[in-house]
Amino acid sequence: MMDKIKMKDERNVLEVENLKLYYKVSEGLVKAVDDVSFFLRKGETLGLVGESGCGKTTTGTALMHMPTPPGYIAGGKIILDGEDIVPLKENEIRRRIRWEKISMVFQGAMNCLTPVYTIGKLMSETLQEHRKIEKTEARNIMVKYLNYVGLSEDVLRRYPHELSGGMKQRVVIAMALFLEPKVIVCDEPTTALDVVVQAQIINLLKELKEKLNLSFIFITHDLATEAEVSDRVQIMYGGKIMEIGTNQQIYGEQGPMHPYTRRLLEATPRLHEEVEELAFIPGTPPDLLRPPQGCKFHERCDVAMEKCKTEEPDLIEVAQDHYVACWRCRK
Amino acid sequence: MSESKYLVEVENLQKWFPARRTVKEVIKGEQRYVKAVDGVSFKIERGEIFGLVGESGCGKTTTGKLIMKLLDPSGGKITFDNEDVTHLDHVALDKYRQNVQMVFQDPYASMNPRFRLRDVLEEPLIIHKKGGSKAERMEMVKKALNEVRLQPPEEFMVRFPHMLSGGQRQRGATARSLILNPKMIVADEPVSMIDLSTRAEILHMMKSVQRDLNLTYLYITHDLSTARYFTDKIAVMYLGKIVEMGSPSDVIDHSMHPYTKALITAVCEPVAGKVNRIKEVPIKGEVPSAENIPQGCRFHPRCPYAVKDCWEKEEPVLEEVGNGHFVACRRYKEI
Repeated sequence: MMDKIKMKDERNVLEVENLKLYYKVSEGLVKAVDDVSFFLRKGETLGLVGESGCGKTTTGTALMHMPTPPGYIAGGKIILDGEDIVPLKENEIRRRIRWEKISMVFQGAMNCLTPVYTIGKLMSETLQEHRKIEKTEARNIMVKYLNYVGLSEDVLRRYPHELSGGMKQRVVIAMALFLEPKVIVCDEPTTALDVVVQAQIINLLKELKEKLNLSFIFITHDLATEAEVSDRVQIMYGGKIMEIGTNQQIYGEQGPMHPYTRRLLEATPRLHEEVEELAFIPGTPPDLLRPPQGCKFHERCDVAMEKCKTEEPDLIEVAQDHYVACWRCRK
Repeated sequence: MSESKYLVEVENLQKWFPARRTVKEVIKGEQRYVKAVDGVSFKIERGEIFGLVGESGCGKTTTGKLIMKLLDPSGGKITFDNEDVTHLDHVALDKYRQNVQMVFQDPYASMNPRFRLRDVLEEPLIIHKKGGSKAERMEMVKKALNEVRLQPPEEFMVRFPHMLSGGQRQRGATARSLILNPKMIVADEPVSMIDLSTRAEILHMMKSVQRDLNLTYLYITHDLSTARYFTDKIAVMYLGKIVEMGSPSDVIDHSMHPYTKALITAVCEPVAGKVNRIKEVPIKGEVPSAENIPQGCRFHPRCPYAVKDCWEKEEPVLEEVGNGHFVACRRYKEI
């Protein structure tokens, strides 16, 4: 089924059309990202939210053209800066696309910095792989980007264990920046950090977006964090997009339209409200080896109709920039 | 002796871990310490849910382990049910552990993958020699599973941990902690690894079990939002000390300590219209190492209100500011 997303817009830096990423396991085929279409405009942050196993990280790795085995891209287009990168060969991706045009801050990357290398050595490795430059010039670039992320030059001499969590995350972000990519995918960049440091990193990403006119895809499971960073938010469930809306459409007075988004938002605790009973969604996310018929959410949905059990709704535009995949939301 | 209102009383509890010494220090015979818990005092009432909140490295988990008696304190006193339990021998420890049980953060790592759920739950009964026959023990297992709403219990008993979802596993872990009929449960981040949509369900279940069995909880978390909903009392820890303590509404809506205030402003809320604003975070930097605790008030290097007194005079102690609300700050009135 085709999702009806308006594409071919000049403002878009990334357009994803009918992307499919499947995992082939002994029990069968897991459709982790199942026919998904969306776009990212220049200079905006698009949030990708969902519970674990909904396909948000898998979407991120697909955009980097590096699905984790046994995953593979089973179809669709990823049009990055006017060029479809899906059919490209690995060495071309490596040379021209990955880190050059799109880079990723991986989940937990800050804990995966090689402990026996100094930060300077770690950073220059990426840089020298891609650019034939002198050592001093490489150093200048590294210092420039370290300053962008609020770190001083002497971090280059240090080892990862000498840095705090927030500093390591800044180093990882600097590494994603310095080949000047157009799009940066951040996978849960704040999850392992303390709240105060979390707020600092969120501020940093906002500043970088302004200063360098970057476009971000911000992946997280936390709707509250997303409200602070994302211009538009995309909610995924069971490998499908359930709803895409602007920050105002999702978090504003009216609230989101899709029942899943609504319920998820209700389950998000708010600090300044006294609540007697916190809401939750009964049941568990679907097993993607044996996905339910019809709408992926119908088994947990409290407003499901007969139609939801048999036919899967496609994503349609219900208002400017607001897309919903739900039979109940049709007029 | 009359029964005290408090189930747990902790007085000036300390846990200092010896730091690794340099050659120079070995020669000189010096020893530095990581002061993970550095003088913590609080009381937990019977049937209360007490929340211990703080960032990573603040000593909240160590405090939990001290109360669990998984670690021996370096100083201070723990009283449980009118008995001094600071230092216990093997026999007394066995008895103590029947009364105090723990639910761990990671439901995936805290169960033996080769055990069926019934074996996981039976294990504590065997260790503590409860329930005479296998059949009796299985009855107890069923009862515990009913308690945590893993129903029907017969169906869940034969499952292996990998056949359960994260939420079901955490229910199983809670059932395991309930099976010995404890008086208190120490829950260390029980929902932080569980999906948002089911997180509230687990908290509901824990709360209703607590009401049904009149349990006392020590709830350890970094998440103020769930603490507000779940607890009766919150203590905020910073670098091994409690800086503020009181009812959730006192601590969150009328916080007095600059650290608590900063934590609260830093929490994200799902509300529109904040995308293009840079959030003011009133404190700078990160938590310093517990090996090197600042002089005076330990929060002063990051505090926006710190004055000379804060680092020159002795550390402020917890002081009651009204109706069970305690703050450890010299300048709480002015800020």
